[in-house]
Amino acid sequence: MFPYPILFVSLVLMWLLLGGFTPGQLVLGVIVAVFASWAMASLRPEKPRIRNIHLLPKLFVIVMIDIIKSNIHVAGVILRSGAKRHNPGFLTVYLDIRNEFALAVLAVVLTSTPGSVWLEYDSNDNSVLLHVLDIDNETVWRDTIKNRYERLLMEIFT
Amino acid sequence: MIQSASDLPLWAAIIVAFFVLVGAVLALIGAIGFLKLPTFYERIHAPALGTSWGVGGIMLASIVYFSVSSSRLAIHEILIGLLVTVTTPVTFMLLARAALHRDRAEGNGAVPEKHRPE
Repeated sequence: MFPYPILFVSLVLMWLLLGGFTPGQLVLGVIVAVFASWAMASLRPEKPRIRNIHLLPKLFVIVMIDIIKSNIHVAGVILRSGAKRHNPGFLTVYLDIRNEFALAVLAVVLTSTPGSVWLEYDSNDNSVLLHVLDIDNETVWRDTIKNRYERLLMEIFT
Repeated sequence: MIQSASDLPLWAAIIVAFFVLVGAVLALIGAIGFLKLPTFYERIHAPALGTSWGVGGIMLASIVYFSVSSSRLAIHEILIGLLVTVTTPVTFMLLARAALHRDRAEGNGAVPEKHRPE
């Protein structure tokens, strides 16, 4: 009946947010979510296995703070451009995580953070090519990715 | 029942104005960055301002405004923020990989070659 519980709950929540929190909408949303879950099940995607779900809010807060900081930094770079040159560059980072879902979350986090973009992932040697707008200190960037995000993601996903 | 904007209490008006301005200013700076930054790979960073806290600020302002003025919780804007956050990296990666492919094929710019494990 419920092959994908997380998907099911998210779909019902989305339906209720869009349609209003009434019993009628709840029934409709549950019906839609059940059929959507079955459609998803026939595609047979790999299920995410989340080990430490209590660490997700911590990751969310860390990412929000980093996004605010980098928003200010990138806005400064754009407004100053011409006066003081920034230093853009490519950066290759070798990752330790191989879980697809953890990689997807890391890609979303790095791309949503202004100032760094995930360009290319190579599954042969598990490396990722990033472009960084202001690459003052390469080791700081590597340290942020490896220790701030990757370690937490490894704890969340098995 | 939705009240008119002038009936909004002062504290809510200040919060709404603050978040709308933050969102709008970031989107504007992102657009300026699009115009001023010299290379493709630098320009790809500019819209990230609009899609992170640009969208976030306007989303928060909308949540506060409609929650206060219609006296019930209006949080469906979260969906907009969520879907924008999840979908933009896909577009960014497609554009960036197309640019990488072109630059490598034409051999222009300081683009790192695709390294192969020895």
